Amino acid sequence: MDLATFLVQCLNAVQYGLLLFLVASGLTLIFGIMGVINLAHGSFYMLGAYLAFALAPWFGDWFVTRLVAGVALAAIFGYLLEWAFFSFLYERDHLQQVLLTYALILVFEELRSILVGNDVHGVPAPSWLGGGFRLGSLMEYPWYRVFASAACLVVALALYAVVQKTRLGMMIRAGASNRDMVRGLGVDIRRLYRIVFAGGVALAALAGMIAAPLSSVYPNMGASVLIICFVVVVIGGIGSITGALIASLLVGFVDTFGKVFFAEWSGVGIYLLMAIVLIWRPEGLMKRGF
Amino acid sequence: MASDAVAGTAVVDSVADVGALPDIARREPGGWLVPAAAALVVAALPFFVSPYGQDLVLRIAVYAIFALSLELLVGATGLVSLGHAAFLGIGAYATVLGSGSDGASLAWLLPLAVAAAAAYAVVVGALSLRTRGVYFIMVTLAFAQMAYFVVHDTKAAGGSDGIFLYAKPTLAIGSTTLVDLGNRAALYYAVLVALAFTYAFIAMLLASRFGHALAGIRVNEQRMRAAGFATTPYKLAAFVVAGALAGLAGFLLAVKDGAVNPELLSWHESGAVLLMLIFGGIGSLRGAVLGAVTFTLLKELFQSEALLGPLAPHWQLTLGLTIIAFVAALPRGLIGIGAQLRALARERAARAARNAA
Amino acid sequence: MQSIRLAWPAVAGALLAAASIGATAQTSGPIKIGLMLPYSGTYAALGTAIENGFKLYVQEQGGKLGGREVQYFKVDDESEPAKATDNVNKLIKRDNVDVLVGTVHSGVALAMAKAAKDNNTLLVIPNAGADAITGPMCGPNIVRSSFSNWQPGYAMGVVAGQKGVKRAMTITWAYAAGAESTKGFTEGLEKGGGKVIKDLTLPFPNVEFQALLTEIAAQKPDAVYAFFAGGGAVKFVKDYAAAGLNKTIPLYGPGFLTDGTLEAQGASAQNMLTTLHYADNLDTAKNNAFRKAYAIAYKSQPDVYAVQGYDAAQILANGLKAVGGDLSKRDQLSAAMRKTAVDSPRGKFTLSAAGNPVQDMYLREVKGNNNEFRSVAVKALADPARGCKL
Repeated sequence: MDLATFLVQCLNAVQYGLLLFLVASGLTLIFGIMGVINLAHGSFYMLGAYLAFALAPWFGDWFVTRLVAGVALAAIFGYLLEWAFFSFLYERDHLQQVLLTYALILVFEELRSILVGNDVHGVPAPSWLGGGFRLGSLMEYPWYRVFASAACLVVALALYAVVQKTRLGMMIRAGASNRDMVRGLGVDIRRLYRIVFAGGVALAALAGMIAAPLSSVYPNMGASVLIICFVVVVIGGIGSITGALIASLLVGFVDTFGKVFFAEWSGVGIYLLMAIVLIWRPEGLMKRGF
Repeated sequence: MASDAVAGTAVVDSVADVGALPDIARREPGGWLVPAAAALVVAALPFFVSPYGQDLVLRIAVYAIFALSLELLVGATGLVSLGHAAFLGIGAYATVLGSGSDGASLAWLLPLAVAAAAAYAVVVGALSLRTRGVYFIMVTLAFAQMAYFVVHDTKAAGGSDGIFLYAKPTLAIGSTTLVDLGNRAALYYAVLVALAFTYAFIAMLLASRFGHALAGIRVNEQRMRAAGFATTPYKLAAFVVAGALAGLAGFLLAVKDGAVNPELLSWHESGAVLLMLIFGGIGSLRGAVLGAVTFTLLKELFQSEALLGPLAPHWQLTLGLTIIAFVAALPRGLIGIGAQLRALARERAARAARNAA
Repeated sequence: MQSIRLAWPAVAGALLAAASIGATAQTSGPIKIGLMLPYSGTYAALGTAIENGFKLYVQEQGGKLGGREVQYFKVDDESEPAKATDNVNKLIKRDNVDVLVGTVHSGVALAMAKAAKDNNTLLVIPNAGADAITGPMCGPNIVRSSFSNWQPGYAMGVVAGQKGVKRAMTITWAYAAGAESTKGFTEGLEKGGGKVIKDLTLPFPNVEFQALLTEIAAQKPDAVYAFFAGGGAVKFVKDYAAAGLNKTIPLYGPGFLTDGTLEAQGASAQNMLTTLHYADNLDTAKNNAFRKAYAIAYKSQPDVYAVQGYDAAQILANGLKAVGGDLSKRDQLSAAMRKTAVDSPRGKFTLSAAGNPVQDMYLREVKGNNNEFRSVAVKALADPARGCKL
């Protein structure tokens, strides 16, 4: 493999990893702060993609506006879902959470089938992000992929800023360490959890919206993302955003280079990575912390 | 609870915390008579029931063995594994791969399937038991996914379409065939015997010193260690036995279906068997069997066009909502209905007494 | 526990009652047709199209086949090979169907073929292209109305050879259908003097293609042959165009790369050449009439899957007509199904001894939202049916 190809593959790995990070960050927040295993997280990703498809005719080329609108809708949906369903899961043990959210996947898939149908749909990228730039004589790299990576990085920084530098972030971190103490101090922890959950859903939906022009929307699209996200979250350390970032990039590299060098075994690679990390550091790369 | 996840006692405590679960080694009402009677009824069924019905019973029985094997891990030891289907699948694949195109003798094919599953369980167990709580759940999932992808992606195991079993195993001494699993009646009774064996074996295991040690680990592992028990070998032993029994279920499944497929190792299958346990009630062997019956019949019901007409294609919705209702309303499963109703009645009586006073 | 113990006799009674209802009528009464298709999941749209096509033909015959009414039983196979045996047994043993029709996914279809052979049930396959079904697993009671994976691939290889392609690469998922399709392409190409320099695969159903697209760009072949379906097809064609590869390295594929996916693929698929046994705008009386009737009945445009469903019903009808609706004359029925030429919207075709269509493969080009007919790539192409003993 020559240097040019190697660099391009690295670019591919980073771009895939960053998109994974966006979905995984939502999952690690929900998992870490509220201790809820949410198998339906892939469905939120799918929700975002289908939102991108549904909102496209209304917003045309105003892509960023479309993203903002979609995120807002998803956040509202998440808020309501937490109030109606997830708030009852905190007292339950992990097994029940696994099964309840698994059932939720079935329900969402069927609702999607009933409401939107089973066809595959394309979502066009906005025209101002069309085309690409040439990577030497090798191939073109689409501008949209650059935008996607940049957007993920911006969100990562924003997330970091919110969690480390704001009052809300402080309450989130406190609630993660000691829920009862925070409640005793007068903070409405139920509303806090609702906000965090809505944030997690919004992040996953945003990832789906950004990915939609790249992957198109189709039935069961959440399933493949879900398991890989769990792998990322567990490798990075549950509740750690920085960990999720590092882990996503690792997974991106293992997946990309695995495909090129070990075609048959590339599927196994990610799980091998997870098993190795967990055996070396049973609580993930970054322990509790952000 | 989030902070407890790191210490790892959360899952262990919370399984025991869902009310006073029936202690798995405690005598349940009816003792041995109830399972024995059920076995007799099932043995007599082929005389009353259509071939399709017999297939259904067979399927339920094989899944009951699978569920029982997981009960040993989840209910008895408190270890929630999201990768148990890997052992089912490995047992099934070993069966088909070992049969080749001419079929094989039951005498070594069955031990092979069980041993293959047990071998993988030793490896997975030894490595996963270093983690706790939700990390344990995830590591078991990871190992199951690895096995899934090896079977799904590589040519060695036939790829994503699976492989067929061309000749069913037989047991022969010299030139006389004692048992031919290609014969439907023989298979039916063989599966029934296997189910009875599994049930009895686990029941006896749990009543023994080993079983009591597992119960102690489930309730409070630190206390067990303080009392001088090396808990890891016990957990590993439970893990391997559970894996071996799942391999047995896999063997029977491969023989019954005549085909194996990578989806047998998928996390959906692992999730389904956990659902069976929770439907039936965790902490009870009868619950495991009842859960297998319930889950299979529910799925049949929801997909049946004859019974549900236009709702049948939307079975994902009906099944999903039913699962939510079940898990939410009956955390102790069907077996626990009696106890739950009694607890409710007691609460109501106590409240009435308080109001009257 | 009382209630559980009491339940068993009730269950037994119910099952007994159900069993007695399912008695098979061989010569009179309605014909029971078991449709085992994907009604949920990725291939749900294909399952619906096939059923629509099948029912359209029956409707055109006045609701009867071979003079007998038709009764449908449906099972959702979820495109899950693991559950296939259980699902097909629902139709064979619970509903006692006379004819099995299905399915889309090759892995499921293989299980159906095995069950059909074990129970000697008639099976008509309206899509699944697994070569093995009309290869080692062929049987007189198994007929296919669609194609074998090898056929479109071979035709495309021949076209590529004619266009002067000397070095080609293939890319597909690592599963039987992909391997069979690329094998067909390789054979067709080698006939024209070219060769495949590298076969790229990725695990099914992974759709992260960037790494492999970079590999293609590095190798600079004369052409690329890709086999993907559904969501994967959409993504691949779009990614290929986004990487600018479609400007320098032509992308070829079987029709599945662009069938039912053009609305999603948009500009990225324009002018792509594919081969398939059908093209939307085939200007024949039969095709025009079919498309019109389908649009009126189902308010949507038919695709190749609908045609395959339609022809499945037609093949069955041909056989039933020859025996006057008498299913007990199985040998005659099977022979008639195979021997009668089929007047399909795709053009007339016949069936090989192994049960696979011997049909014209068309070269199509994408224009707008249609795959338009350009020429006949290979006339009356028969699958080699390797391993079939018929």
